[in-house]
Amino acid sequence: MQRIVIIGSGTAGTIMASRLARLNRRAIRARTLSLTVVDRDGPHLYQPGLLFMPFGKYAPADLTRPRRRGLPRGATFVPAAVDRIDADRKAVVLEDGHELLYDVLIVASGSHVAPEETDGLLGAGWRERMHEFYTLDGALALRDALKRFSGGRLVVSIAEMPIKCPVAPIEFAFLADAYFTERGIRDKVTIDFVTPLDGCFTKPVATRELSHLLAEKGINVTVEFNTGEVDGAAGIVRSYDGREVPFDLLVTIPVHKGAAFVGRTPGLGDELDFVRTDPATLQSALSPAIFALGDATNIPASKAGSVAHFEAELLAPNIQRYLRGKPMVLTFDGHSNCFIETGHGKALLIDFNYEVEPLPGRFPSRLGPLSLLKESRLNHLGKLAFRWVYWNLLLPGRNIPFVPARMQMRGKRRPPPLPHSAA
Amino acid sequence: MTTTAGTYHTLTLDAEGFLQKPEEWTEDVGGEIAAELGITLTERHWQVIRFMRDKYLATGSAPSIRSLGKESGIAVKELYQLFPKGPAKLAAKIGGIPKPHGCI
Repeated sequence: MQRIVIIGSGTAGTIMASRLARLNRRAIRARTLSLTVVDRDGPHLYQPGLLFMPFGKYAPADLTRPRRRGLPRGATFVPAAVDRIDADRKAVVLEDGHELLYDVLIVASGSHVAPEETDGLLGAGWRERMHEFYTLDGALALRDALKRFSGGRLVVSIAEMPIKCPVAPIEFAFLADAYFTERGIRDKVTIDFVTPLDGCFTKPVATRELSHLLAEKGINVTVEFNTGEVDGAAGIVRSYDGREVPFDLLVTIPVHKGAAFVGRTPGLGDELDFVRTDPATLQSALSPAIFALGDATNIPASKAGSVAHFEAELLAPNIQRYLRGKPMVLTFDGHSNCFIETGHGKALLIDFNYEVEPLPGRFPSRLGPLSLLKESRLNHLGKLAFRWVYWNLLLPGRNIPFVPARMQMRGKRRPPPLPHSAA
Repeated sequence: MTTTAGTYHTLTLDAEGFLQKPEEWTEDVGGEIAAELGITLTERHWQVIRFMRDKYLATGSAPSIRSLGKESGIAVKELYQLFPKGPAKLAAKIGGIPKPHGCI
């Protein structure tokens, strides 16, 4: 019997389980193949919804479902925590000492915020005037803090890259601008966006567009700011080179790390416990029998649900070939597709990969209906509709109509070259 | 500034002058890049550069300034004295490894 084990049942793990269960329905029934998913139990969280929660849009029940409900029949769920991987013996060692043996292992253990990595962040003022919105508890605490906020300096600050959904901090700043405008106190609030990058985004054309929008909305941007420490009592974020940004309310995007078992498995991860992964085949550097996808990897693509979806669409048939001893044929191109909320019921859409940065144009083709890198109401509706798509198409491992796994150039336009000073 | 006749600019570089193929790097090339940046390399500089490079070659990613401060054996304050305006970025450039992006 061939054994596939998946570590993690978040977005990436659940999609892979659904796809592999469907491709192997017969083999699973005939017991010539087993599919096991291991994860801690608890609700499955729709993470893109966390962005809206601080602004009072969703309650926890709107964003969570029982974990096992997302998993396909045919997959066995093992509720347990992983201690480490023994790659030589092809075994996943659980914290209770039990082992799961595998022929193919898929690491989909995601990433999590680690506020303890930044000096002072968990000190005085944490969850009072210093917040994050990457966890359910954090987003709820921030919602209450925003409700009480009647004016002052709001600072949105990225501690270090990489982070999940690299556009979320910019979206948060846009939504905060709209939120305070609607409350009629925008003139009493300053909004600062602070980033370690050398622009508000990583790619030049999108940086130019987003910089315009930030300026239009009166959001100040501080770049190349590497957060060294946070002083909650004084209300100051300090960079390693001694610059200071004062705040009354801090929304930080803490350092992100991969799962702790990755760090406990020699050779599997990098210094932040992200799995060292081939960007095309998604095979780990440690062993050809170990694959990784989603936020857990160190590949230079966004840590976003769309990436996990596109990766899974290519990886599932590749794993079928791998199990039969055939060469893998499909390669991942880094395709990422993200809506960017800009407030007041509008959003942008970006679509890009390892080679092609986000460009203006129409999506999914020249005829639209969505616009790339340009604000529209339809993009915003697309973002809201995505919650339905997530539970009903993504997790069950269905393809999204008109959006193939590999990025398409149709509908995209290359803008004139940037002036030298830009980006 | 005079440098030994350049191999640096004959190598595969990105738009900002970071080496794209770390295997093309030699210590002499490192010296050339440092000279262009106006940095005179001391043994303390080399300690940081070697740490960056080894870490990159072993893990495929360049350490951030935070982990440099924790693990390189040189405090952040001194790192900024050695490499004003960004130790992680400059040490990566001199050490011949790609620009640490934190990427997208």
